[in-house]
Amino acid sequence: MRIRHLAVALAAMAAAGLAAAPTTAQDMSIVVASTTSTQDSGLFGHILPLFKKRTGIDVKVVAQGTGQALDTGRRGDADVLFVHAKPQEEKFVTDGFGVKRYDVMYNDFVLIGPKSDPAKVKSGKDIIQALKAIHDKGAAFVSRGDKSGTHSAELRLWKDAGLDPAGAKPAWYREIGQGMGAALNTASAMGGYVLADRGTWISFKNKDQLEISVEGDKRLFNQYGIMLVNPEKHGHVKKDLGQQLIDWIVSAEGQKAIRDYKIDGQQLFFPNAAPTG
Amino acid sequence: MDAGGALDLILAGDASLFAIVRLSLIVSLSATLLAAVVGMPLGALVGLTSFPGRHAVVVLLNGLMGLPPVVVGLAVFLLLSRSGPLGDLGLLFTPAAMVVAQTVLIAPIIAALSRQVIEDLWAEYRDELTAMEVGPLARVKALLWDARFSLVTILLAGFGRAAAEVGAVMIVGGNIDGFTRVMTTTIALETSKGNLSLAVGLGIVLISLTMAINALAWGIRRWSECHAG
Repeated sequence: MRIRHLAVALAAMAAAGLAAAPTTAQDMSIVVASTTSTQDSGLFGHILPLFKKRTGIDVKVVAQGTGQALDTGRRGDADVLFVHAKPQEEKFVTDGFGVKRYDVMYNDFVLIGPKSDPAKVKSGKDIIQALKAIHDKGAAFVSRGDKSGTHSAELRLWKDAGLDPAGAKPAWYREIGQGMGAALNTASAMGGYVLADRGTWISFKNKDQLEISVEGDKRLFNQYGIMLVNPEKHGHVKKDLGQQLIDWIVSAEGQKAIRDYKIDGQQLFFPNAAPTG
Repeated sequence: MDAGGALDLILAGDASLFAIVRLSLIVSLSATLLAAVVGMPLGALVGLTSFPGRHAVVVLLNGLMGLPPVVVGLAVFLLLSRSGPLGDLGLLFTPAAMVVAQTVLIAPIIAALSRQVIEDLWAEYRDELTAMEVGPLARVKALLWDARFSLVTILLAGFGRAAAEVGAVMIVGGNIDGFTRVMTTTIALETSKGNLSLAVGLGIVLISLTMAINALAWGIRRWSECHAG
């Protein structure tokens, strides 16, 4: 009967599609769980083709918040983590989920705000004073609220200011639970303040009425690190390929690639890996 | 970026854009086919047989049509994660995982709608088929064939749902550049990068594609209706 032949043909096609899909480029590839900032800023698009050219290894980047990326590593769903929340990264290694953490690069956080500047914090150098002013004025503030590296940094800064809007949940404090770009879009739409990493800010295309309100405070330092997921916890981790990526990123060549990445002449990330032998 | 950003990419024959469109079609069409293979016979069977708890099954199928993509994504993620029961397959963050998620999402839609169509048709042909003493399996086949034009519309509904969703493929595919990035996840990504006009442009491309596929299916249906006599 014709319909049976059709069903068989459809099933075969679907099975072929299923089988063909995952095998493409699987042998020489690794999965890296990283942050939205490294992807949205275009850094990976710049450095990974160079790495591929050197080693032939395909790097598949899953861009998540740092918290989610660490969880992806903990579950064994990635080979390498490239994130930015040093205390959590160190805990990840101490807990046995990562092998060793390497410093890679840094940039800094900036406080972004509307040009109208309702909290009067423009051109400030003191992030703590600025947060206190936003709090006192009750000016709209957009929080990532997603356990990302930037979110952790923001919570740390509020704590340093002796304030706890994440706990008190005043109406002006909006937790959106999304990535850096979405937070910037939201801040742009509601005329609010938001803490952002400089890389994402520079590459962000919808700046509209937003501008940098506070920058240059040393408390806004933002360090990135890279780690191999522990193969002893997850036997399938591609440790040789993953270590090749780590070795390359911290090598002179990898560090140069990071330094060379610029948008409109502005350098986004500053390499600071320990010199390798 | 001007509003023509996406249009420029298309006109320039941008290779990565075509790869994204191709993957969207492969994933959603595969899911539609798999869901049809499971859903249509299942729907027909439920429509044509009576058994205890049949009403509950019908309600269940109808209710599952409203499965939230993000919940399906989460369930498939937990299943396919290396720490999950099917982790050894290594399917998470691959197109296969996206096919699985979309199949789970639309199989109930195809099954529930097929059940309704077949059941209505059965009411029409009941006496005829009973008189001919046709067995249950042959009945399923005969009625599925007879309902083939309506079933195409059901397939399109399933495909539309699969191609339009972003929640499930984002979670289980990971939106990996050049590997698991599809139209909807690209639109979400470009929106988050503030490339709003490019995102809108890609949205228009996606809608046009869906329209084109529906137009094609409509044409085929008209053509075969004319030639089926």
